[in-house]
Amino acid sequence: MTLSQTPSIRSYAEHGGRSSEAIAAIVKRSMLRVRRMPSAFVPSLVMPVFQLIAFSGAFGFAVTRLGIPNALDWYVPLNAIQGASFGALGVSFALINDMQTGFFDRLRMAPTRRWVMIASPMAAAIVRSAIPVAIVILVGFIGGMNVPGGIMAIVCVIIASIAVGLSAAGFALGLTFRMRNIGAATLTQFAIFFTIFLSTSQVPLAAMAGWLRSVARINPMTNVLRFARQGFLGDVTWDNSWGGLIAMAAMLVLALAFAFTGIKSYEK
Amino acid sequence: MSIPLVTHSVALTKRSVRGRLRQPAVLAPSFIFPLFFAALGSASFSQLAQDPYFRENIASSFLNYAVAGAILQGVLFASTSAAGDLATDIEQGFFERLLASPITRTSIVLGRLAGSMVVGIIQVCVFLTIFTIAGARVESGPIGILGLIVASALLGLAMSALMAGLAIKSGSPEVVQGAFPLVFVLMFLSSAFFPRHYMSGWYATVADWNPMSHIVEGMQSFVNQDLQASQFLRAWLLPLGIAIISIAFALRTLSKRLAAS
Repeated sequence: MTLSQTPSIRSYAEHGGRSSEAIAAIVKRSMLRVRRMPSAFVPSLVMPVFQLIAFSGAFGFAVTRLGIPNALDWYVPLNAIQGASFGALGVSFALINDMQTGFFDRLRMAPTRRWVMIASPMAAAIVRSAIPVAIVILVGFIGGMNVPGGIMAIVCVIIASIAVGLSAAGFALGLTFRMRNIGAATLTQFAIFFTIFLSTSQVPLAAMAGWLRSVARINPMTNVLRFARQGFLGDVTWDNSWGGLIAMAAMLVLALAFAFTGIKSYEK
Repeated sequence: MSIPLVTHSVALTKRSVRGRLRQPAVLAPSFIFPLFFAALGSASFSQLAQDPYFRENIASSFLNYAVAGAILQGVLFASTSAAGDLATDIEQGFFERLLASPITRTSIVLGRLAGSMVVGIIQVCVFLTIFTIAGARVESGPIGILGLIVASALLGLAMSALMAGLAIKSGSPEVVQGAFPLVFVLMFLSSAFFPRHYMSGWYATVADWNPMSHIVEGMQSFVNQDLQASQFLRAWLLPLGIAIISIAFALRTLSKRLAAS
């Protein structure tokens, strides 16, 4: 789609407008791309659900022997977060496409603030991530997962998914602005994959051994997962929350800084 | 087998292997991910190895258990990727140039399949070296190592023939890559990463019926048990059977494509 074909962006460009209108138009454009190219979006929808089934089916015993009643209680938050991060990865592919078609340069020439060009794809990432997160939680309920933390359990997993999705999108944008090719999306995928799996993704810290335990202890994703999982394993408490909140804030600040310095280096 | 078929197949095998080795970025995931998952599994599930049933009937450590799963995973990744190369040949016109040359048609497929087997063998040797350094050991000794290598080569042959059939039929690397999630599902719904004994419900039933479970368990028995004749039956016969059917499928697809062109 070109700038002139998008009525709301055209109107914004022609008549000027608020940044929120530009963000809304770009988010809408991103969702149009999902509707027109579902093949690019479906894997990020299917994989978290498949991994939820595969992990809870294959590794369920390793978790339930530790006293967790249902393996889904352990894996639903993990796969919701993973779904959010891979959904956010779509912004990298979309940005590369926009760079190749020249749309991004036309957007830069439009009266658009620089932060809008970061905020728009990140907002699109949240919208794209909402679908896999919702489906993973739904599958968890169908599979009989326990939610002793009540509604706060769902709130925590949604907060964690949004934070990780935004961080992943920020990192993807920063890398894409610097590399300007498909390698940025691949590298982002690797970074997300290793960050998630080198944490308490499979089993709790107490069940780990050797190098993985040492790595998982310092990996901020461990705190994020503890925050996201707490309501599925018991009550939501401040003790289990503050570490995750700090980790999410730090990841978000770093990702945003990486994205902003990325767009500056692109313009140089 | 006629002499031209052998010489042409050998030449195309060399091209296939060189092509694979010259693309380290494409080959790397089939080495990195299986080793990463094996390392992750052995660090995450090491406490399981303290279970008496696991120690007596499955493996002496989770690292030992993970060896065969990593090999299976690596071979499946590499086979899909090799078939993708064949599809690229078709898409970019090299396949048509081969058809225009005085070369036996069957060697086009056989060369690619043999190339996959060679890469599979290299992969197993690299994996076994790394696992041995990490502390794993093959209980069935040198003959067991040979058994494991042959089993991997047969599995590589079976999967690359299946994927080559798909590549010839579609002529599109995207379609071949698109089929990879099916391989991924087959692998995860098996005992490649976790013993079937500890699975329950429908998942265990699927794993029981999944041929990949039986292939990987045959390979695991080379690593974790003393040498027995039954290991060869399990680890060799099943991939061999699949390979025969897959090669027939690939050759039939080739002849259909030739007839159409």
